[in-house]
Amino acid sequence: MKTHNFGDSQSTISPLHDPLASPTPDAKQEVRNTTCYMCACRCGIRVHLRDGEVRYIDGNPDHPLNGGVICAKGSSGIMKQYSPARLTKPLRRKPESERGSGEFEEISWEETFSILAERLGKIRATDPKKFALFTGRDQMQALTGLFARQFGTPNYAAHGGFCSVNMAAGMIYTIGGSFWEFGGPDLERSKLFIMIGTAEDHHSNPLKVALSKFKREGGRFISINPVRTGYSAIADEWVPIRPGTDGALMLALIHEIIALGLYDREFLVRYTNSGQLINLDAEHDEFGMFVRTEVPEEEGCYDPQNKLWWDRNTDKAVITHSEGADPYLLGDFKLPDGTPVKPAFQLLQDRVKDYTPEWAEQITGISADTIKRLAHEMGITARDQQIELPIAWTDSWGKEHDSVVGNPVSFHAMRGLAAHSNGFQTIRALSILMTLLGTIDRPGGFRHKTPFPRPIPPCARTPNTPLAVRPNTPLDGMPLGWPSDPDDLFVNPDGSPVRIDKAFSWEYPLSVHGLMHNVITNAWRGDPYKIDTLLLFMANMGWNSTMNTSEVRKMLTDKEENGEYKIPFIVVCDAFHSETTAFADLILPDTTYLERHDVMSMLDRPISEFDGPVDAVRIPVMPPTGECKPFQEVLIELGTRLKLPVFVTKEGKRKYRDYPDFIVNWETEPGSGIGFLSGWRGKGGEKTMRGEPNPNQWEMYAKNNCVHHLKLPRSYQFMRNWNKGYLEWSQRNRITRYAEPILIHLYSEVLQKFRLAAQGKSISRQPPAHLAKRIETFFDPLPFYYEPLETQASDKHKYPLSAVTQRPMAMYHSWDSQNAWLRQIHAHNYLYVNSRTAMEAGIGDGEWIWVESQWGKVRCMARFSESVEPGTVWTWNAIGKAAGAWNLSPDANESQQGFLLNHVISEELPPMPDGKRYSNSDPITGQAAWYDVRVRIYKAGADEPEQTSPQFELLQRYPGMKKPPSWLAYFGGKKKGGRK
Amino acid sequence: MTQLALVIDLNVCVGCHACVTSCKEWNTSGSAGPLYDENPYGADPTGTFFNRVQTFEVGQFPHTETVHFPKSCLHCEDPPCVPVCPTGASYKRKQDGIVLVDYDKCIGCKYCTWACPYGAREIDEKQQVMKKCTLCVDRIYDMSLPENDRKPSCVKACPTSARLFGDIHDSESEVSLAIREEGGYALMPEWGTHPANHYLPRRKTKLKIHEDELERADNPLKVDGKLPKPGKGEPSMEDVSAW
Repeated sequence: MKTHNFGDSQSTISPLHDPLASPTPDAKQEVRNTTCYMCACRCGIRVHLRDGEVRYIDGNPDHPLNGGVICAKGSSGIMKQYSPARLTKPLRRKPESERGSGEFEEISWEETFSILAERLGKIRATDPKKFALFTGRDQMQALTGLFARQFGTPNYAAHGGFCSVNMAAGMIYTIGGSFWEFGGPDLERSKLFIMIGTAEDHHSNPLKVALSKFKREGGRFISINPVRTGYSAIADEWVPIRPGTDGALMLALIHEIIALGLYDREFLVRYTNSGQLINLDAEHDEFGMFVRTEVPEEEGCYDPQNKLWWDRNTDKAVITHSEGADPYLLGDFKLPDGTPVKPAFQLLQDRVKDYTPEWAEQITGISADTIKRLAHEMGITARDQQIELPIAWTDSWGKEHDSVVGNPVSFHAMRGLAAHSNGFQTIRALSILMTLLGTIDRPGGFRHKTPFPRPIPPCARTPNTPLAVRPNTPLDGMPLGWPSDPDDLFVNPDGSPVRIDKAFSWEYPLSVHGLMHNVITNAWRGDPYKIDTLLLFMANMGWNSTMNTSEVRKMLTDKEENGEYKIPFIVVCDAFHSETTAFADLILPDTTYLERHDVMSMLDRPISEFDGPVDAVRIPVMPPTGECKPFQEVLIELGTRLKLPVFVTKEGKRKYRDYPDFIVNWETEPGSGIGFLSGWRGKGGEKTMRGEPNPNQWEMYAKNNCVHHLKLPRSYQFMRNWNKGYLEWSQRNRITRYAEPILIHLYSEVLQKFRLAAQGKSISRQPPAHLAKRIETFFDPLPFYYEPLETQASDKHKYPLSAVTQRPMAMYHSWDSQNAWLRQIHAHNYLYVNSRTAMEAGIGDGEWIWVESQWGKVRCMARFSESVEPGTVWTWNAIGKAAGAWNLSPDANESQQGFLLNHVISEELPPMPDGKRYSNSDPITGQAAWYDVRVRIYKAGADEPEQTSPQFELLQRYPGMKKPPSWLAYFGGKKKGGRK
Repeated sequence: MTQLALVIDLNVCVGCHACVTSCKEWNTSGSAGPLYDENPYGADPTGTFFNRVQTFEVGQFPHTETVHFPKSCLHCEDPPCVPVCPTGASYKRKQDGIVLVDYDKCIGCKYCTWACPYGAREIDEKQQVMKKCTLCVDRIYDMSLPENDRKPSCVKACPTSARLFGDIHDSESEVSLAIREEGGYALMPEWGTHPANHYLPRRKTKLKIHEDELERADNPLKVDGKLPKPGKGEPSMEDVSAW
């Protein structure tokens, strides 16, 4: 108990409480390094333990990613570690209980594994595709993907399809790399930075660090976003834009930059396909394709340099990059055989002719003058503030360069552009804008991170036939890949999808990260087929990670006429109680990040820097809580029991003791020297990137801040698409198969191949008749603008507003509502409405309102804002929770005032005239179109409860979970005198 | 005489709350801890935080500024919280100017809360004592930590390094330099409290484009605009023109 001393009230000289004295002088102190996992950023952290408890977690100053800083989430790891929402025991739904009722019983891991091995063994022996494995932001897709492939199921994907796959696909199919893990803005040398539609956590600490330095060094920062929060708050200029119209803005900027000659001609000529000639004979099978010479073509996934330029000097067609040649970028020509051709750049100019700033003003809400000024700022900064670094390098054609040149204009964009059904083409347009400015992999512009750049598209392919799915056999190909033409699609002979999510089918051909958001609906409907077991890892598919949440929840419990569940068996692995675990038949309790081994692998999404490859590990700093088991260990054990080839010896015996053993010893092929970790390979740890397994590899990572950073020579750090030295290094180290130059696809022949197939012109596979028009429309080899599909299908008079979400910097997905400190920052969310819009609707600040789309409605509270454009309403995503979920009390703000916008967003578009329903997604990539929804808002009735709607049945606490305390006074370690 | 203080750069603060929770995690297990949280998993959770970020909007759409404003004890040079304290618990350290609460003397009467014009004090509802930012006094002198770590937790955490820490009485210090050269200001100077903490204002970078800069002599359109010449043998009017 606290004792008060009243006797010495005048003394200010000698305080009784010595503020400098340690409260725990005798405590055992330890510091352990590992990698954070409070979000996907993956900073290096130091965990300070006192008497075995977490005293504090701070950033590791010697880590290349964060250099010692840490964010709000990372600093709150303690509250995740000791959260009462943690699952601690394997649980089975009580046999007599209904799924979703939350009635579970404890079982042992042995029983858990035998249930899984028996069920999955039967599926594998009969029809492996009836097992579907879908994961959230798991950071271990190389392992989960390997497991799925070994199992033999095509039905695997991670969360990318409902996250930002358009950003990855749009950029990778254009420049051979993309933002975040694979590349980003070089703010160290940039002068002008434009951020478009970026959520507050993509990319987290490194972006904050860089942005601050950039601003302090006098860089100019422009934010284009319907909302001004977070990063946008410190922008020198905020340009509000209507959601889903970014493509129109990009095209108008391109229009202006070409019209004024503000493009980097030399860059376009040498490093892009701008000058290459395209066959424009409409009768020809090769219409819209580049004209090729007879140069023999080696099989491979790269661009052979066998295209043509029209040479300005000799006035005839020559092979691209011919010595002394200078191609026309504009003009139309006839080949000697009479074939009409134009350079790609001419087609781009033709394309943007009508995309004037005045045209874009009507669509985006940004004045034509502002659009022109933005184009001028970009073009003039790129041209007049050019950087030249004295770095000699050799290009792919053998030409020596004395220096590396950079045009210091950089961009960053994320889900704001991606999560629209027109996102792929918008991002193609952004990539082309960046290209016109000559900013790709150059100082001050966009820079790649290893393992990118890769060929366009990268070489990995899915199988292209259902024959690849066979009982007791690994899948013959990758579950996720990069189609380069219609023959790469993973479809049945009749053109129907092989995968449950219809990825890589004619409906969403370039769905390179699958369509996780349609898995439950498709499986429930049995379209394209029924499955047996759905294993979800770390994805809240019963709540914020799904669209149409209320209906999807019903699908999870819906039954056939015979009383069987339509999705017969659902397994959920997670560290926390959630809305989704409630629908599980089997729950596997995962560990936290402080209790596990993990790798941020070069085979997945490593944490590379601009200057070279970086991978990292997690090493447990404390033992697992309860019976928690890392999902990695679950997969290794299950793979071994199922005798999946990589996990067992020829005799069918266990090959790997555990996950750490697997990481050290597994190689992509025996003797390949390529494994999950690139550092300290070779028997004694003397090799990098490739080498024999090193039994002490974990220890070497542990000694080196849990990170391996290979700094490349300066001459390999720029121009990597065409840098002979870098590409050969990359090839030698088997990061890429080819060392051919990666020309930027201003014009996308890949898209044209699909269009030709849809037009019945090519010899490749052709789409089913009902999809031909869709393919022909959207697979345009040049970017174009179309209104988002859902918007097209909405009554815009009735639903005049766009509704979007973003995530706050202090929360990651739905994870942090169970975090006692972070939920004090965001305990519930409001719908932010422009004050004028709200007042016109008769809504007062803080009042209860309905937000309604054509799909449903949600009751929530309105908050006036001047930081949102008048046609948009927005909220923080995933703050709203179902009552009782995450072990919060039934009256917690998250479930009473907090709300989930997902209820008004559909996972499917309205039915087509033929009754078919397509995913509410980009028709090219299958990216979930979260931000296309149109809504209206109106005041809630005076008689209605002041509580969010819809509400759901109160979720129960499971066995092994603690009752949450009514107060908390966390103190890590034992306080002096035993007081805690 | 030394006066330690924070200088907070609003020009780069993105409102991420790193300072808020890194402060909480250090101090809850430090000499000021534990820091109490009430209803941590229930309705209206609330707890003791020494440092909070307020976000507000200035101006009307579209001329809106969104300001993230981190706020903690300003360690006033003339702190009104000290003389009002009936027990002498509230005091200002002579050696470094840090304003502290002696928890063993505090009776939780809240006079200091009323006296503080900045709302920087936080009552610990469990211990019924007043708590507040200590500038991590139990950290910055801890010789067992590497020198680089002897900084307030918030300063070390801040990803945008928006928080500078040092002696504002040392005219050569980083913080004095920032105040002098970046327009550093104190909050509500009219109260005469002479806050030691200062804030740096937003600064805008603009680009002025003169119209004659738009086109340069080497405009690529001069090359690309030159279309190919027609072939010599192609028909022309000259072939048929009558004199």
